[in-house]
Amino acid sequence: MKKINYLEIEGRSSGFIALLGILGIIALAGIGAFIYMEHSGHHVTGMDNQIVWGMPHVFAIFLIVAASGALNVASIGTVFNKAIYKPLGRLSVLMAIALLAGGLMVLLLDLGRPDRLIVAMTYYNFKSIFAWNIILYNGFFAVTIVYLWMMMEKRMVPYYRPAGIAAFIWRLILTTGTGSIFGFLVARSAFDAAIMAPMFIIMSFSFGLAIFLLILMLGYQWTERPLGDAIVKRLKNLLGIFVAAVLYFTLAYHLTNLYATEHHDVEKFILAGDSIHTTLFWIVEILIGGIIPLAIIYSKFSTSRTWLGLATIMIIIGGLAKIYVIVIGGQAFPLEIFPGMEVISSTFGDANSYHIYNPSTPEFILGISGVAVAILIITMGVRVLKFMPESLADADVDPHNKG
Amino acid sequence: MNKQEIPVQGISRRKFLGASAATAGIGIASGVSLINIANAKPLDEPVSNDQRWGMLIDANKCASGCTSCVDACNTENGLNAGDEQLSRQGQKAQWIRKVELRDKATQHEISLPLLCQHCENPPCVDVCPTGASFKREDGLVLVDKHTCIGCRYCMMACPYKARSFIHEELLNQLEDVPRGKGTVESCTFCVHRLDEDTDNRRDPACVEACNADGHQAIIFGDMKDANSAISQQLKKHTSKAIRADLKLNPGVRYRGI
Repeated sequence: MKKINYLEIEGRSSGFIALLGILGIIALAGIGAFIYMEHSGHHVTGMDNQIVWGMPHVFAIFLIVAASGALNVASIGTVFNKAIYKPLGRLSVLMAIALLAGGLMVLLLDLGRPDRLIVAMTYYNFKSIFAWNIILYNGFFAVTIVYLWMMMEKRMVPYYRPAGIAAFIWRLILTTGTGSIFGFLVARSAFDAAIMAPMFIIMSFSFGLAIFLLILMLGYQWTERPLGDAIVKRLKNLLGIFVAAVLYFTLAYHLTNLYATEHHDVEKFILAGDSIHTTLFWIVEILIGGIIPLAIIYSKFSTSRTWLGLATIMIIIGGLAKIYVIVIGGQAFPLEIFPGMEVISSTFGDANSYHIYNPSTPEFILGISGVAVAILIITMGVRVLKFMPESLADADVDPHNKG
Repeated sequence: MNKQEIPVQGISRRKFLGASAATAGIGIASGVSLINIANAKPLDEPVSNDQRWGMLIDANKCASGCTSCVDACNTENGLNAGDEQLSRQGQKAQWIRKVELRDKATQHEISLPLLCQHCENPPCVDVCPTGASFKREDGLVLVDKHTCIGCRYCMMACPYKARSFIHEELLNQLEDVPRGKGTVESCTFCVHRLDEDTDNRRDPACVEACNADGHQAIIFGDMKDANSAISQQLKKHTSKAIRADLKLNPGVRYRGI
C-alpha cells in the first residue's frame, strides 16, 4: 500500500461554480423561509397544536442521525483498525460535522424563539433529554474537530487512536440521545419504546453511510480522481448489512407493538390505515428505502456506479420517509387520553380519527436548506483543506491488492 | 473631617433618622398585626408546599353543550381578545376545552372540561430543556414566558394535550396574563387570582362561571387543607385521575368518568 496523498480539489471548473451557486441559492432560500416564518409566526406553517413538530424536524433529525453515521467510516479505520478505511477518515469526519451543522441549523431556526438560543446554551434542566442533546451536539463538534486535528497533524499521531475512540463513543451516546427524544415520551402510543434508541443508532449507520458513499462516488467522478472498486465494494457490502439491520429493527418494533392489544390502534393506523403514513411506510420506507436498494446492492447491478448511486439515493429518500412516519405519524395518531372511550366531540381536535398535516413550502425549503448547507460545507471543505486522497485506486488503498 | 452633626430644619440628622425609623417600625408593625388579624398571605411571601391547589370535576353535573367554563377562561386570560386572526382553528390557543365522550362498551355518554392537570410529576417539566416549564411549590404547573424557547417538546410530552403554541403576534394582552408569539402556554389555574392576598383571592374563572350557571360541576381548593371543600369531597366520594396509569398524580380529578 502506498502512502496516501491528500489534496484539495481544484475548484475552478464551471461545474464546481454551478454546484456552489445552486447550493448557495437553496441555503439563501432557507434563510428567507426562516425570516418569513419567524416574522409571521408559525401560523404560516402546516404545524398546529396537534402536529407540533413538522417538516423542519424531519430534515433536522434525519441530518443529525446521518451525521453520526457518516463518522462511522472514520471509526472503522481508527477504532477497528481496518486499513482500507483509513484514507477515508478525513472526509468522513468532515461529512459528520457538516451534516450535524446543517441539521442543527434547521432545528434552531424552527424554534418559536430562536433568538433565545443563549438561554438554551446557558441554562440546562438535566432531567430533559433535550438539554442533554444540546450538550451532546456541542460536544460532538469539539470531539470530532480534535479527532480531525489528530488525524491531519503528523506529530499528533500518538493521540489519533484515543481521539478516534472518544469520537466513536460520543457518537453512540449522541444517537442514543436523539432516539431517546422519542423513546422518553411516555404518553404517545407510537413513541414510548426502548427500542427507539438502538433503532436510531442503526438508522444512523445506514443513512450516514449511504450519504457518504454517494458523495464519495460523485466527488471522485466530478474531480476525475480514481476511485477503485475495492473500496466501493467494501462500503456497499457494509451498507447492505446496515439497510437489512434497519429493516430488522423496524420489524421488531412493529411486531412488539402488534403483540400488545393497547398498541393495536396505532399499528393499524401506520400499517393499514388510509393516511399518507401507510403509503410512506410500505412504499417509500420499506420498498424504496429498503428492499429495492438491498436487491441492487447484492445483485450484479452493484458493479455499476450508477445503479449503486441510485441505491444510495433510495436509501436516503426511504430514510427521510422513515423519520417522517416516526415524527409526523406518531403525532398524527391521536393521544389516548380516555382509554376505552370514544371522543364524540371536542373543540381541540380530540375527536379526529387522526390529525392531518399539510407541510407548507417555507417549511420544506427550510428543511432542504439544511441539506444544502451540509453539502456546501463539505464542498468548501474539500476545496480549501486536504480532505480527499488524490487517489483511491485499488493499488493505492487496498492492502491485499496484488496489482 | 468635620464630625459635627448638621441640623436638618432644626432637628439633628441622628434624631431625624431615629424618628423616621420609629415611625416606619410602627407602620410596619401595625401592618403585620393587621395581616395577622385577617390571616392573609402577604403578596411578597413566597408560595409554599403547605398548599396544593386542585380541582374536582363532576362529569355527572357537567352539562353537554355548555361552554361557560371555556368562555370564562378565554375572557379571563384574554384568549379571545380578537387576536389569533391569522391562525387556523387547530393553531389557536385553548387552555380549557369541552370534550364529549361515549363509553365504547356501554354507550354511556359524558361531558367534561379538560385542562392542564397540574401534575405532581409533570412530563412537560421533565422534558423542558431550559426549565421554562416549571412546577410551583403550591402545585401549579406554569411556563416562564421569558425563558421558553418554543421547542414544543412539552407539547409532545403532555399526555393531556393541554398546551398551546402561539402561532402569531399577539396584541391586546391583559396585564395579568403575559403571552407571546413563539412560546407555549397552558392553564394557570388563574394564578393571578390565586396570588392575590387571601382576602382577595378568587377561584379560577372557569369554576366561578360553572357555579354562576348553577351547574356546580367544579370544586376548587387546597387539597392539603383537610377542611377544604375539595378535600372533604375527595375523601367522601370516589374520584379518578385521567391516565392514572401514568402515575403523574394530577391536581385535577374527576367524578363520573
